[in-house]
Amino acid sequence: MRDDIFTKRRNGNLVFFLALLILSVGSIIITEYDVIKGFTSITKAVIWGGSNFYPDAESLRILPEIFPKLQETVLMSIAATTVAAVLALVLSLAGSQTTRINRIFSIVSRGIASLFRNIPIVAWAMVLMISFSQSPLTGYLAIFFGSLGFLTRAFMETIDEVGNNSIEALQATGASYFHIIFQAVLPASMPQMISWLLYMIETNIRDATLVGVLTGTGIGFSFDLYYKRFDYHAASLVVLLIVITVIVIELVSNNVRRVIL
Amino acid sequence: MALLELKNVTKNYNNECCALDNVSFSVDKGEFVSIIGPSGAGKSTLLRCINRMVEASSGEISVDGVISSSLSKKKLRKLRTKIGMIFQHYNLVDRLTVIENVLHGRLGYKSTLAGVLGRYNQEEKSQAYRIIEILGLNEQIYKRCDQLSGGQKQRVGIARALVQNPKIILCDEPIASLDPNASKIIMDHLRNISKEMGITIIVNLHQVEVALKYSDRIIGVNRGKVVFDGAPCDLTTRQIRDIYGSESEDLIFELGERHAG
Repeated sequence: MRDDIFTKRRNGNLVFFLALLILSVGSIIITEYDVIKGFTSITKAVIWGGSNFYPDAESLRILPEIFPKLQETVLMSIAATTVAAVLALVLSLAGSQTTRINRIFSIVSRGIASLFRNIPIVAWAMVLMISFSQSPLTGYLAIFFGSLGFLTRAFMETIDEVGNNSIEALQATGASYFHIIFQAVLPASMPQMISWLLYMIETNIRDATLVGVLTGTGIGFSFDLYYKRFDYHAASLVVLLIVITVIVIELVSNNVRRVIL
Repeated sequence: MALLELKNVTKNYNNECCALDNVSFSVDKGEFVSIIGPSGAGKSTLLRCINRMVEASSGEISVDGVISSSLSKKKLRKLRTKIGMIFQHYNLVDRLTVIENVLHGRLGYKSTLAGVLGRYNQEEKSQAYRIIEILGLNEQIYKRCDQLSGGQKQRVGIARALVQNPKIILCDEPIASLDPNASKIIMDHLRNISKEMGITIIVNLHQVEVALKYSDRIIGVNRGKVVFDGAPCDLTTRQIRDIYGSESEDLIFELGERHAG
């Protein structure tokens, strides 16, 4: 009997890895992907990057041009994310098992959350471009919708994790629904929620760059512009600035997290 | 007239018979009543029917002359302010301080806005301080509750119930997660509350010897039925076997010890 379980498990693993192997070899054959060439060209790319894709002294002249763009992208991401967070908070309170008012509200807000979460931000940008053309508003809304879905989901889980105990206790004292939300649920879940919000701002600054390429705004557009002009030195300077910005934001939010958690 | 009166209270979960089966008893002001019985006998359900955290399927419960089953939401909140409750897992908001958790007991008296903003008047605050002092938590008053020991947390739970100015305090397994030392402190406080403040205490217990030592009266419950209701000195070995079924050898030993001492 015991042998049986071990054999079964071994056979199961064998089947799984065999399936994985067939899948990956199959995909390589169908797409005619040359594995060896794929890996050797990495070195070539590195060599090309080393000799062309670096900021030189001359490219520094574009700094005054791209700083406002960078600022625009960062601020727009923060604005879109924080506004989305406020709405996500309301949706998550309505959707969570522990704080929901009734089933219908819960299903509706869970539905909104998964719909918005499962459409990638880039897809949002493309769809919204039809209505708002290439403008900062398109980027703002794309990030807003994407964040709304993700944050609602994350906040909902946070509230569920806080659990029923203190809610039950406050109900027993005669506290009303809003008392319980503001005195128990929010104090208990706020640090975790802020942590999610900071994470979302970080990812959104990265995504905003990509969205900017599409919508023709912000730092993403600057990159696109210099790159298509074959001004690789300037383009690489833009990339470098984005990397620095993201790292700085990450350091700041890590510090904030350490204080609040 | 009795402070608390249950008449033929029955509770079915999912149409299954019967978490509570025709339970009737009444409790006077200042009485210390222990409810004992095996796990799943309906002790928690019985306690929660009293403040309508669980709705009874049929029967009548009156608290301080008010029949609870027909109350509107607002009147139920008012009734609940008269009934404090403490829990096995303390059910505090861990991230808030002791004083904040204690003041939660006042929420039942608050308007929506005052409660949401957490505005308490001077009188309420000094009452909270006084109660915290009685329970010996002066040094922890501004500590966050996640830094407290189990016994301290349970005392915060008691303080939160007391600050309601309740007529009854319901205790659901208050010492089930505590060591013997902390358990004694908690039980002593509960006895003092009933003797000195004249507040009725109804406590669910697993430990028969604790029930024997502290109670004015013991109610034994098995399978939703009251099988014993009387003074601790009237509880015989045979009746303990009725309450707990046949697996009561250890309990019999404890009872023998009491008679010896």
